Amino acid sequence: MRARVIGWTLGILILLILPPLVMKLGQPFYLDVVRRIMILAIAAVSLNLILGYGGLVSFGHAAYLGIGAYAVGILAFYGFTNGWLQWAVAIGASALVALGIGAVSIRTSGIYFIMITLAFTQMLYYLGISLEEFGGDDGMRIKVKSQFPGLVNLADPVAFYYLALVLMLISVYLVHRIVNSRFGMVLRATKSNEARSRAIGFSPYPYRLAAFVIAGAMCGLAGALYANHTSYITPGLMSWQQSGDIMFMVILGGMASIAGPVLGTFALLVVEELLKGWTQHWQVVLGPLLVMSVIFFRRGLAGIFYKPDA
Amino acid sequence: MSFALLFEQLLNGLQFGVTLFLMAAGLTLVFGIMNFINLAHGSLYMVGAYLTLAAAQWTGSYLAGVALGLAGTLVVGMLIEVVALRALYDRDHLDQVLATFGLILFFNELVAILWGRAAQFASVPSFLSGHIDLFTGSSYPLYRAVIIGVGLVVAVLLWYVVTRTRLGMLIRAGATNRTMVSALGINIRLLYTLVFGFGAALAGLAGLMAGPIYNVQPGMGELILIQVFVVIVIGGIGSIRGALVGSIIVGVVDTMGRAFLKPLLSTMITPTAGEAAGPALASILIYLLMAGVLTFRPQGLFPARGT
Repeated sequence: MRARVIGWTLGILILLILPPLVMKLGQPFYLDVVRRIMILAIAAVSLNLILGYGGLVSFGHAAYLGIGAYAVGILAFYGFTNGWLQWAVAIGASALVALGIGAVSIRTSGIYFIMITLAFTQMLYYLGISLEEFGGDDGMRIKVKSQFPGLVNLADPVAFYYLALVLMLISVYLVHRIVNSRFGMVLRATKSNEARSRAIGFSPYPYRLAAFVIAGAMCGLAGALYANHTSYITPGLMSWQQSGDIMFMVILGGMASIAGPVLGTFALLVVEELLKGWTQHWQVVLGPLLVMSVIFFRRGLAGIFYKPDA
Repeated sequence: MSFALLFEQLLNGLQFGVTLFLMAAGLTLVFGIMNFINLAHGSLYMVGAYLTLAAAQWTGSYLAGVALGLAGTLVVGMLIEVVALRALYDRDHLDQVLATFGLILFFNELVAILWGRAAQFASVPSFLSGHIDLFTGSSYPLYRAVIIGVGLVVAVLLWYVVTRTRLGMLIRAGATNRTMVSALGINIRLLYTLVFGFGAALAGLAGLMAGPIYNVQPGMGELILIQVFVVIVIGGIGSIRGALVGSIIVGVVDTMGRAFLKPLLSTMITPTAGEAAGPALASILIYLLMAGVLTFRPQGLFPARGT
């Protein structure tokens, strides 16, 4: 417990002092890197809710990243640049799509669930490609970032950085509260033993579906942030490689642990950046690294520090 | 829309379907027997296409290239099974998905290093280039007809091997009860490696035949892999019969959708609607089909026993 508090405090402190530090060193590029990591960490944290605690191996979580981003991009395209509106639509649309996908997918289980979530995300991916009006395959530039007048200016990299940090911490806290609530306990019970949870009167379906929708909505927020981060939307955000990446962040960090997905996102993306700086063929190194991490590193990074909660 | 055109597109669908079947058979065998989900199956398809291309250029003979390409894919498949995947058989599907996802990154980049990222040109060998006449009066490319023939022959052979030979008996026994088979003195590890290599070779065959029709480029395997997943989910994971039926359904539906949905929507609704919605709907048609099948039959059309 103590180690956990120290770890969190240290981590947050480092992230807090990073902007003045890199500005002083004249390397604002690193601010961008860390901001991207924190945004994707939100996606990983949301996936952990259903994958880690709910046992739902969704291979299509990138869908919500894409929907959140497209909501911002499309609204900006039509001149609606109000951030509250954009982000509310991003979250609402993601939740709605998650409800639709979840309602069908959660009826299946095991390998079928993996495949059907993958298939639904592929549909959205091809839909994104066919939207010629919004750039089709090439994607589309977002000319104006989400506007939060009087609150925060996203064009300021440092302000945006702190916003991403705050939202990441809120999402971590939210998932922490959810899994320790009554709802979360039922969700975890359906994962550890479906038959028993049925026997004591909890049908898993509505709990799983609700968690699926919450996770989708949270990932939609990450998508809205990501669209502002790159000022660009592309169907690639919904590609199955992106889904695989998010899954890897969760597993690498440690499933069903609160800090795991954040650690995993940092680890994966930092290694990726280092390899990218070293060779353009970084994937030829990353691939085997990932294979080895699955074979030898069974409980993820969080497992080094403490036992998973569940 | 004449009958001749319809028939030709039906043949194209069949050709795509048997290509899918060659992939699906290996994938579903490996799943049915080892309970292993292999995302890197698409990489083996790509490896088959590249190795054949390289071997054909090196030897100057298409048939020698095919033989070397098949043997090479078999070896690559057995190699990754022994080096990496064997350790994952008793893990859950999530670990298997992730590890083979890592392999995909590796193979795509390796191919890009060796041959570059640009698409390679694979030509149809001269003795397979002409056309054949159809009874409808139009002509059909010989090469595509040969693919259909090879696919159907492989399907029959596969049926024969699995249901009528000692090896097939071992395979089926291994799928039912692994411990019992090894207790009876069968080297189950070797059997698994063989099955995996065999599945790899089938994927390689699909890849090398698809080479001249689609592009040979890094990432080509993933395009078809996801469609193959749709096939085996529709057919029922682990069932070869399901893989065959699913392949033909998906191949024909996808091809027909791409060929006729746009004109169909244009005439039925408005030309602009067809123009806009036709291609989009065509590319998601098979996923809709899969969602539909799973809604009514969550285990697929031909559920394999024991899963």
